Amino acid sequence: MLSIFSYDFMRRAFIVAVLIGLISPCIGISLVLKRLSAIGDATSHSALAGVAAGLMLGINPVIGAVVFSILAVVSIETMRRVFKSYSEIATVIVMSAGIGLTAVLSGFISGSVNLNSFMFGSIVAISDFELYLTIGLGIAVISVSMLLYKELFFIAFDEEAAALSGVPVKPINMILMLLTAVTVSVSARVVGALMISSLLVIPVACAMTMGKSYKKTMTASVIFAEAFTVLGLVLSFYLNLRPGGTIVLIGVLTLIICVFMGKNRN
Amino acid sequence: MKEILKVKDLCFDYSDTSVLRDVNFTVNKGDFLGIIGSNGAGKSTLMKLILGLLPLERGSIELFGTDIKTGIDHAKIGYVPQRAASFNAAFPATVEEVVTANLYSRRHLMRPFRAADKKRAREVIEQVGMGGSENRLIGRLSGGQQQRVFIARALVSAPELILMDEPTVGIDAQSVCEINELIKKLNNDGLTIIMTNHDTPALVEAASRLLIFCSHGNGELVNRNELTLEQINQLYAGKRGHHHA
Repeated sequence: MLSIFSYDFMRRAFIVAVLIGLISPCIGISLVLKRLSAIGDATSHSALAGVAAGLMLGINPVIGAVVFSILAVVSIETMRRVFKSYSEIATVIVMSAGIGLTAVLSGFISGSVNLNSFMFGSIVAISDFELYLTIGLGIAVISVSMLLYKELFFIAFDEEAAALSGVPVKPINMILMLLTAVTVSVSARVVGALMISSLLVIPVACAMTMGKSYKKTMTASVIFAEAFTVLGLVLSFYLNLRPGGTIVLIGVLTLIICVFMGKNRN
Repeated sequence: MKEILKVKDLCFDYSDTSVLRDVNFTVNKGDFLGIIGSNGAGKSTLMKLILGLLPLERGSIELFGTDIKTGIDHAKIGYVPQRAASFNAAFPATVEEVVTANLYSRRHLMRPFRAADKKRAREVIEQVGMGGSENRLIGRLSGGQQQRVFIARALVSAPELILMDEPTVGIDAQSVCEINELIKKLNNDGLTIIMTNHDTPALVEAASRLLIFCSHGNGELVNRNELTLEQINQLYAGKRGHHHA
């Protein structure tokens, strides 16, 4: 079992996976409770376009993903204000643009292996730079989401009441969107851009089946996410599976068990 | 008598539709102002303008002697919305978490709540008759209990004025009576209340003054004890002449 840590790339992958397990539910809980889960999907498809742009221009793909993801969430927030009554169309438009851009830009990349590793996740491909970038951005996401814990809870529960209480709702919503962009970008390397949104949602969904409070739901979400990512990495190493797919499938299986157990409890 | 709210020459339009026209009234400390009117008469619009949720275009609103355009002291104002309009029943939040959240004005940005805040939340939860339910999920409570929690949330920052927008809509008759009694008690204890309600007789019974909106949107302010319920109904229906307080 310990031989897994004798490989440098696995040690890197574990550090990144533990960070992803921490940050994804911190952001995911707000998205799920605000019924904005689809934003994870739209952002991750835009991140993929950023990866393609990075590969095409010879820039680090993770930086490309961060830039395009931030552009995506800013666009979504802006369009949500324009189409107030149908705000979900903003998500669809940005996701379509991301897919379209990825398709076009991928035509200019020689060899599709690197883009493929971002789509479905890879544990062997994490460079030193990406490791440090992930650690830095991950710590920033955790710090901000902990500092804004009470504000994010209040806005998710009742945005109008939060505004009346003096919470700066618009800036904090924008911060949440930016944190989502960063989370998606840094997670895409290991989990895969096409699957990262499920890691934002599934741990929270599992925790909600046993939710006793907001605080306990968040704690349980982190425990679930850590279990999925670590177990997924171990299994993918020993069974020679794609890590992203393995992590997500473990999550889906756990969710089915949680829902079944929740129904029995009720 | 200390003036809490002063509304002067207030007008408001939604696109081409005029909703409020030249509304003028004041609310003093300890008043219970009931706002009566049919759907679309402008009751909720007036509430939102006072709370700063809608932009003030014409006229002025002063809260605690300060024009709301220069800012609102959120700690001094509580708001109880219609239950259904503000609430996702599946949200995993306890009664204590929901009530404590409204102490934001005490702690401000990025400062966590302290033990004293939770103690204060428990006090108001007890005050509204929900003691012992602090750790229950709000979605698992009955409609009447949920509305008590929202009243506790409004009370937690010790406001001087509470605005209630149809707080008893969609609640069973027994709970409506209990909540109306609770609101009357809060007013008797000195809290200033502004409330809209479709249940005109209950509001007329509880309020010390009434602002009655007919179809013309400019509101008629009357002292409750100067008129009978029948006269109020006639005024509400627009059958009587003006009768200023």
